[in-house]
Amino acid sequence: MSAPTSSEPTSTARPPAAAAATAPARRGGRLNAMLITGAVMVGVVVLICIVSFLWTPMSPVATDPIDRLQAGSAAHWLGTDGLGRDVTSQLIVGSRIPLLVGVVAVLIALLLGVPWGILAGMAGRPGQWCMRWNDIVQAFPPLLLAVVFAAVFGASTWSAMLALGIGFAPGFARVTRSGTIQVMSREYAVAARAAGRGPLFTAIHHVVPNIRSIVIVQATVTFALAVLSEAALSFLGLGTPAPTPSWGRMLQEAQAYIYNRPTLILWPGVAIAWTVLAFNLLGDGLRDQLDPRMKERR
Amino acid sequence: MAVNLLRRIGIFILTAFVASILVFLLLSVVPGDPARAQLGTDASQAEVDALQQRLGLNRPVPLRYLLWLGGLLHGDLGTSFVTRQSVTPEVMNALQVSLLLVVAGMLVAVIIAIPLGTMSAMRQGRADGVVLSALSQIGISIPNFLMALLLVVVLAVRWGVAPASGWVAPAISPGGFLAHLILPALALGIVRGAILSRYTRSAVLDIQRDDFMRTARAKGLTSGRALWRHGLRNALIPVVTVTGVEFSGLLVGAVVIETVFVIPGLGSLLLQSVANRDMAEVQAVVMVIVFMVLLINLLVDLAYTIIDPRLRSAR
Repeated sequence: MSAPTSSEPTSTARPPAAAAATAPARRGGRLNAMLITGAVMVGVVVLICIVSFLWTPMSPVATDPIDRLQAGSAAHWLGTDGLGRDVTSQLIVGSRIPLLVGVVAVLIALLLGVPWGILAGMAGRPGQWCMRWNDIVQAFPPLLLAVVFAAVFGASTWSAMLALGIGFAPGFARVTRSGTIQVMSREYAVAARAAGRGPLFTAIHHVVPNIRSIVIVQATVTFALAVLSEAALSFLGLGTPAPTPSWGRMLQEAQAYIYNRPTLILWPGVAIAWTVLAFNLLGDGLRDQLDPRMKERR
Repeated sequence: MAVNLLRRIGIFILTAFVASILVFLLLSVVPGDPARAQLGTDASQAEVDALQQRLGLNRPVPLRYLLWLGGLLHGDLGTSFVTRQSVTPEVMNALQVSLLLVVAGMLVAVIIAIPLGTMSAMRQGRADGVVLSALSQIGISIPNFLMALLLVVVLAVRWGVAPASGWVAPAISPGGFLAHLILPALALGIVRGAILSRYTRSAVLDIQRDDFMRTARAKGLTSGRALWRHGLRNALIPVVTVTGVEFSGLLVGAVVIETVFVIPGLGSLLLQSVANRDMAEVQAVVMVIVFMVLLINLLVDLAYTIIDPRLRSAR
C-alpha cells in the first residue's frame, strides 16, 4: 500500500460503487477503460434493480397458461416462459436477489474477514495460527457451504447470504493480513508503537486507511463471485424459494424447455454474465487505479 | 526437506481433523429429529425411539462424533438415514465419476489457458492481445452451468455432435464414456480455462521483465523463441500452483454441472441426499469434498517445492 493513501480522510462506510465514482477523480489520475466500463455496467444493473421497485412491464409472477412459451411481441417484449410469465418483467425483478445476496454476503465476509486479517497481521507469530483457522474455513468452498446451510436451515435468501459470507471471509482475511503486515513494517507504524500508541490505535489510524483500497478491490471481486454463487444456488433450487424471481432459477426453469425454446436460456444467462463481468471489470479497474503496483497480479 | 514434508503433512492431518469436527457439528445441529423425519408424523414414539436406537442418534453428540471419526479412519463414511445401509460404496462411486469429470475439465482448461494466456501476453497492447484479454474476461463471467446449457443447445440439440446428457462408465464402453464426457468437460474447462489464462498471461508478462529473459533476447533470440526456450518453464511455476487451487473450483463446479448433464457424481448425490434430508449422506459427501480440497492443497504445496527448488528451504 502506498503512503499517500494515509493522508486522505478515512470513510470506511463508503460503498465500493461510490468509491469507484469518486476515488479516481480525487486523485486526478487518468481513468482506465476497464474502470469506466465496469462502473457503467454496474450502474445499469443497479438502475434496473431500482426500476424494478417502481415499474415492470407486467407482473413478474402472473401466470398465463394460454400464452405460454410465446416469442417476443409487443405485449411480451422477450416472450413468456413455461408458465406464461412475462420474461422481461421477471428479468427486471430477478436483479434484486443477486444484488441483495451480493451486498449482504460481501458485508458479512468483510466484517468477519477484515478484523481477523488485521489481528493476524498485527499479532506476529500467533498470527500464523489465525491463518491456520483461515485455511480450515477455506477448505469449505462457499458454494458447498451454501448447499449445506440450505440442507440444515432450509433454502432461503438468508441461508445463502450467511453461508456465502462465511465462505468468502477467508479471502478478505488473507488480503487484509498481507496488507497489514506491510503497513506494520513501515516507519509510521513503528513510530506509532515507539510513541506508546496501543495496537487498537495503530489498527484504526494506520492499518485501516492503508489497506482500504485492497479491501475495496477484494469486495468488488467477491461481489462478482457472490452473484455467480447465488445464480448457481438458485439454479440448483437451493436459493431463494419460488415465486420470487431470480436469474438462476429462471435458468433452471428454462432448462426444461431447452429443446423447444432454447432462447429462454439466453436472457437470464446474459443478465448473470453481464453483472459478473461488470463487477469483475470494476474490480480490475479499481485495482489498477488505486494501486498501480498491483496491476495484473491476482 | 524431510522436516518440511512432515510439517506439511502434520498440518494437513490437523486441518482435516478440525474440518471433520466442523462438518459433523454443522450437520448434527439440524433442527428436527432425523428419525421422526424418516418415519413421518404417524409413527408412534416407540417406533421413533427404536429407529433412533438403530441409527445411534440417542447417544451423546461427542460419542457420535468419535464413532463417526473412527468409521472415517476405517474407510466407513457412515450409515444412510434413509436406506439404513453404508453410504460408502455410493459415495466412492460418485467420487470416481466426479474426479474423472474434474480431470477432464482440468485438461480442457490447461489446453485452452496456456496458449491463450501466452499469446495474449505476447501481443499485449495490440489489437489481438486486447481481444484475447477481453475474451478471457467474458469467459470468467459466464457461470459454468450456463456454459453447459449453451453447449447443450448448440452442440447437442442443434448439431447433434455429442449426447446432451447421461453418463457411461469407462469400463462399459470407452467410446460412450468419451462421448458423454465431451460436453461436461468443455463446460467445466472453458470457464476455468479463462481464469487460468489470466494467470498465465500475468506470469508470462512478469517473466518477460526478468534479467535472464533480457539476456536471452540480447543474445539474438526473438522474443517468441526466448519465451519458448527459457521463459515458459519459469512462468509455469505459479500457473501450476493456480491449477491446483483451481481444482477445488473444478470440484465444486462439477457439483453444479453434474445436475445439468445428469451425471451420477458427488454433486448429484449431494443434491439427492439434501432433497431426501439424509443428513448422514450429506455429511459423508461434504466430508469427502472437503478432504479432497485439503488433499489437493497439500499435493500442490509439495509439488511446488519440487518444481521450484528455491522454495525447499523456505519457511
